[in-house]
Amino acid sequence: MNQKKSKLPMIITLALVAAVYVAVFVAEQMLPSTSMVFTVLKKGATYALVAVSMNLLNGFTGIFSLGQAGFMLVGAYVYGIFTIPVAQRASVYQYFDGGLVQFTVPVVVALVMAGLAAAFFAYLIGLPVLRLKSDYLAIATLGFAEIIRAIFQWNGLGPITNGSNMLRAFPNFNDFNIRDAEGNVTVYLSTLIPFLIAGVCILLIVLLINSSYGRALKAVRDDEVAAEAMGINLAHHKQLAFCISSFFAGVGGAMLAMYQTTVQAKSFTSAMTYEILLIVVIGGIGSVSGSVISSFLFVACSEWWLRFLDEKQMIGDFEVPLLRTGFRMVVFSVIIMIVVLFFRRGIMGDKELPDLLSRRLEKKGRAAK
Amino acid sequence: MSEKANGNEVLKLENITMQFGGVVAINNLSLQVNQGEIVALIGPNGAGKTTAFNCITGVYEPTNGIVYFHGKPIAVNHPQGKMKKAYGGENGSLYANRKPLVYTPDRITHMGIARTFQNIRLFKSQTAFENVLIATHLRCKSNFLTASFRLNMHEEKAMREKSMKLLEIVGLAEEANELATSLPYGKQRRLEIARALATDPTLLLLDEPAAGMNPQETDELGEFIVEIKNRFNLTVFMIEHHMNLVMDISDRIYVLDFGKQIAEGTPEEIQKNPVVIAAYLGVDEE
Amino acid sequence: MWDTIFPYLLSGVSVGGQYALIAIGYTMVYGILRLINFAHGDVFMVAGIIMVYLAASGLPLWICIPLVLLITVAVGFTIERVAYKPLRSAPRMSVMISAIGVSYTLQNLVLYITGGLNKQYPTIPLISETVAIGPAKTKMVTVITPFLVIILVVALVLLINKTKIGMAMRAVSKDFETSQLMGIKINNVISATFIIGSFLAGVGSILFFTNYPTVIQTSGAMPGLKAFVAAVFGGIGSIPGAVIGAFIIGIMENIIKGLDVILFKLGLIQQPMGLATFSDAFTFALLIIILIVKPTGLFGEKVTDKV
Repeated sequence: MNQKKSKLPMIITLALVAAVYVAVFVAEQMLPSTSMVFTVLKKGATYALVAVSMNLLNGFTGIFSLGQAGFMLVGAYVYGIFTIPVAQRASVYQYFDGGLVQFTVPVVVALVMAGLAAAFFAYLIGLPVLRLKSDYLAIATLGFAEIIRAIFQWNGLGPITNGSNMLRAFPNFNDFNIRDAEGNVTVYLSTLIPFLIAGVCILLIVLLINSSYGRALKAVRDDEVAAEAMGINLAHHKQLAFCISSFFAGVGGAMLAMYQTTVQAKSFTSAMTYEILLIVVIGGIGSVSGSVISSFLFVACSEWWLRFLDEKQMIGDFEVPLLRTGFRMVVFSVIIMIVVLFFRRGIMGDKELPDLLSRRLEKKGRAAK
Repeated sequence: MSEKANGNEVLKLENITMQFGGVVAINNLSLQVNQGEIVALIGPNGAGKTTAFNCITGVYEPTNGIVYFHGKPIAVNHPQGKMKKAYGGENGSLYANRKPLVYTPDRITHMGIARTFQNIRLFKSQTAFENVLIATHLRCKSNFLTASFRLNMHEEKAMREKSMKLLEIVGLAEEANELATSLPYGKQRRLEIARALATDPTLLLLDEPAAGMNPQETDELGEFIVEIKNRFNLTVFMIEHHMNLVMDISDRIYVLDFGKQIAEGTPEEIQKNPVVIAAYLGVDEE
Repeated sequence: MWDTIFPYLLSGVSVGGQYALIAIGYTMVYGILRLINFAHGDVFMVAGIIMVYLAASGLPLWICIPLVLLITVAVGFTIERVAYKPLRSAPRMSVMISAIGVSYTLQNLVLYITGGLNKQYPTIPLISETVAIGPAKTKMVTVITPFLVIILVVALVLLINKTKIGMAMRAVSKDFETSQLMGIKINNVISATFIIGSFLAGVGSILFFTNYPTVIQTSGAMPGLKAFVAAVFGGIGSIPGAVIGAFIIGIMENIIKGLDVILFKLGLIQQPMGLATFSDAFTFALLIIILIVKPTGLFGEKVTDKV
């Protein structure tokens, strides 16, 4: 190489990330735990992982799949089923005699199982589906997600899945808070944990993207025919992307279960997949940092910042028209449409945070000369 | 047939017919390329030359015939099902007892056949360096886990050094970090060749490598092809319209017209061949 | 036996016809723009909501019905102009994402307007009357639907084959760029496609919601998805294919809903197995099978890509 890329942008990015983690931890000790900030952070971290996993598949490999909600569902259920405390099972599975599964596994193991289960489903689905043309692939994956949802809602599988009833009582984020002898919380960890889980997973995805396999996936996206001619097996690499993406979607689903504290199959609709897709597009297809930033923005806007639009506002005696429940989502939808129509490349385009930083450093360097 | 028996046979097409629906694109084509040769495939537009390439590299499954690479069959087929009745080529029953064989293009590249494309197909979002680096992936011995966890540092380093070396050899070291599609046309063509070389081929298929080049660039390309052929111990099979280039560097030439071979021989023989002249020679493009 | 199956067959034919009217919109738009108009099902739902509010405002029904159709057409036309036309030169995925965005917007808009409450569709006299067909009692609309669908489809096919605009539409769906070069006014063709599709969806909504009178913002999602499956099943780009596909899906879906009852009556099962939950899933299973076995659908044309 003529000039080695400066390591400075990467160091700055890592420092920023570390600072965020410290800030999150400190904030949690200081702010009241009911603050909206933590809702946004927890849900944002969950969505960030799922968005990055979707970006890996849609953005980096060019496979337009709409099956995310199905894999999240698998992950959420596998996590819940294997971590509900045995003592609680009788009441959770009340219509199914306490359910079939009568043991629990540690949370970390359950998270890995969630991912593996989702990846397994993805492997099976990928066999027929991955050779379809992009539009048909989108609809086929959407269809599979709906089929998965029907299967998990079916009362016939109730002893395992609890049928159409919700799963609950499994460990959630708040269970990670460290308590003293009286049960009061001494150290809050309920927001740091999702950040850690998401952080580790996203790191793994980034490592994959920057490896030789990641480059092969980008080649498949850019030009399948040329990639194949350069010795890249399309079926093998597409399956790889599909299964890995679904693994992390499964872990994300487990995180969603932990965030919501209950799971029910019928909430994992295609609307959830559409939201993730919109997050990916707004962040920039092909940018991991874009997906992360966009997830937090999306959650912050829809859950917090625009909330005032849902409440009646009075100016003196005059009631401001339009502002009532639901207006927030309308405004939000319009904002999304504006981004989709006029800012198609999203916030980050296909660049990552270190790329932007290195450009600004270059500009400063040139200006200083 | 005036074949120079120049050592081992590298590529052999035997009675290859390619039919799309009702159109016979190639009819009963047989040819052979030997170790160390530069063989050219010429013919008017639409004669079926790129189709022949696509049959060799596995993009198309030939309707009939066998393709041999280093003596081993890499594609075998005979008219089956609907095609049995609709077959419009020759020798349809010759291979009826052979079991069909087809490999995906990536397997054929693994075996040692690399190609460039008539319409340049570089990876649009990648730099010149990355384009070449991607082509080293197929020889990667690590799996996605070891690669992700950076346990293959040596291999990765070797791949990078090899890619940089190839860029230097084709004279694109300066443009290594430029977006591949932002390079001028002639340099993009050279980049495609560097990328193909990164797959460690023994046979190089070049599809109109000089398209869009002026006479000087074409001459340089000719020298370049001979140089890399010697350096990497390659065999070269190329489709070309630039007659100067073809006549300068080819050891032998096959002429195709309407999917059939109409002539074969050395450059001198072809230049004098009345059938070829009748078909199209004399039109030196660009 | 026949007595058990017949009611399900009947409702299957009815809902199949309604799906058919929506499916035509999908197949026409895909044939011309290669776009899966994710928002089409929501346009169908919007038509239903508009009718609810128009009827509630006191207007007599014989004004409401044509007005609803007019407004639905306007909605479809506007969506195309605002959300799809600007992206015509963009990669296909961008337009699909825009369609998803429109769908999202429409649902949130309707949720806001209705406050999330279920809305009751007005009862339209004549077609809501109960009528006995063989062993089943059903609404008049069930009987009318298949005939109305056939009439509309025949009219549409005549339009496509015998009129100038129809010929233009056929040309554009075969080759977009060349049609433009031949002087065909692309914008008019595309608008005509959306107008026809939205009109049919509006008619479909009147028939559908008379049968299932609850309207909420998600009422369009499933019918829309199923209609799209029908279009793919029948062969995307083929109008008769979409119609036949829709009827098949409507019938199969209803038979599965009644499968527990049917199998029980046949003595094949002793207890209900809750198979009705799979009626939706079945549609998608059918889709996947057809995509794998014959991706061009029952009546679709094979398109070879040149490498």
